[in-house]
Amino acid sequence: MQSSSASNSAPTPPPRFKRPSMFSWAVGLVFLALFIQGVLVVEVTPGRLAQGAVNLVDFVGRAIPPAQKDLDTVGWAMLETLYIAIVGVVAGVVLSVPFALLAARNTTPHVLVRVITRFLIASMRTIPDLVWALIFVVAVGLGPLAGVLAIVMDTIGFAARFFSERIEEVHPGPSEALASTGAGRLSVIGGAIMPETLASMTATSLFSFEKALRSAVTLGLVGAGGIGVELAAAMRLYNYDEALTIIIAILICVLGFEQISSAIRKRVI
Amino acid sequence: MNAIEVNDVHKSFGELHVLRGIELTIPRGECVILLGANGSGKSTLIRCLNGLARPDAGAVRINGELLTGAGVRRLRRLRRQIGVVFQHFNLVPNVSALQNVLYGALGRQRGGLLRTLPAFAPNELRERAMACLDRVGMADYAASDCRHLSGGQQQRVAIARTLLQNPEVLIADEPVASLDPRAGRAVMELLIEVVRERGMTVLCSLHQLELASEYGDRVVGMKAGRIELDGARQSIGRASMSGLYEGVVRVDHAPSHAGVAAAAESA
Repeated sequence: MQSSSASNSAPTPPPRFKRPSMFSWAVGLVFLALFIQGVLVVEVTPGRLAQGAVNLVDFVGRAIPPAQKDLDTVGWAMLETLYIAIVGVVAGVVLSVPFALLAARNTTPHVLVRVITRFLIASMRTIPDLVWALIFVVAVGLGPLAGVLAIVMDTIGFAARFFSERIEEVHPGPSEALASTGAGRLSVIGGAIMPETLASMTATSLFSFEKALRSAVTLGLVGAGGIGVELAAAMRLYNYDEALTIIIAILICVLGFEQISSAIRKRVI
Repeated sequence: MNAIEVNDVHKSFGELHVLRGIELTIPRGECVILLGANGSGKSTLIRCLNGLARPDAGAVRINGELLTGAGVRRLRRLRRQIGVVFQHFNLVPNVSALQNVLYGALGRQRGGLLRTLPAFAPNELRERAMACLDRVGMADYAASDCRHLSGGQQQRVAIARTLLQNPEVLIADEPVASLDPRAGRAVMELLIEVVRERGMTVLCSLHQLELASEYGDRVVGMKAGRIELDGARQSIGRASMSGLYEGVVRVDHAPSHAGVAAAAESA
């Protein structure tokens, strides 16, 4: 009796499902229309997909076994790719710190500076690394320098955003404690904010390097140095066995660094 | 001369009028305990005393010098004279206890941050920092990361940081509120001991009436943004202190009538 009276007086739970609003319906329909139109425009047809599969089998057949000649050339090109990534990321991460401090709400000297810096960071992030590489190939010519500069821009766009978000999440207490001693603004940032954000910044920098290593491979396709140049040449000359050797080298290098990076992150965080 | 002078200070956060014309004078060397319920304005008043909050109106003077409206340089100079002990200790995580104490010298040390890092700090400063840690019983933990210390230990390190700063005025915002009663009493005793040794002027906010009855030369009570009580510790009875906490509506834990009925029936 008690339990039934309890259930009688229990408040009515809210409905299990919420009826979608008109806005949700409209957004859903627009996306569906865009998807259908996209499928038609890019001509995704069963015939083309089947032909693609046949071509892929042909590619694999001609690529296996991978070429073993010119391994030293592949090795040097891979090393150049690594250098492009290392130099680009180190410069990008170092430059990201002041950008992040100017963009974070709790460290910016003025709201206008914050708005401008955030806009610059967003611009660097929004423009793809390949486009940056094309721009820098025009500016400094073909070769690894264009690749390094492209990675610097891409790294700032990525790392400065995460750095600034982490800086904004910092608990204000330690900063207030240091400011209370009469410390200056830079001392408060260096003494209270940086120690708290350093682990997260290190993890973001390692992610930046993983990202940059993959970018450095593709940047070669537009002439910005590295192993991408060799890969593009092998593909153009239908030397698929050489291309496979290069792809395997890239795979080993990228996966190897991801393992190292993951191990470092576990220790740091 | 008065160490702290507060004249007609008002402070609002949006519609909420937190300080309503505060008048308070604390002579040099006096130890004042500030009482009041949550939301009475104690913390806001304390934040106004070292420039962490700006009053909307009124004046705050430290050792006769105007703090309200001070520019960056004057504010920094005045802050060197005011040590602050916070409720949540406000130690920098990921760095050692010694490093946190060395930060107490940031306002005074030439060379700024670099000269307060353990690797670059002058020997004399490191020795003084270790002496401060020793004074609060934490010398053995100098190299420990502050995150691994207990609440009481962290507050001791925070007191050591203030000792290295060596201010003339110390303000403490509920310094034992985050600690268990035993650790709280031990920290409070230590705090009062060290400020007496150095002849500091103290304004310390507390919730524990028994601690307020034991420490301090004078008790000031706040209610709804106003000072309701002010007098020598001996002249103020426990009833008057308790009165500060009466009539404070606590809505945060009050269940609805329907909720009470349902809970009773299901029990």
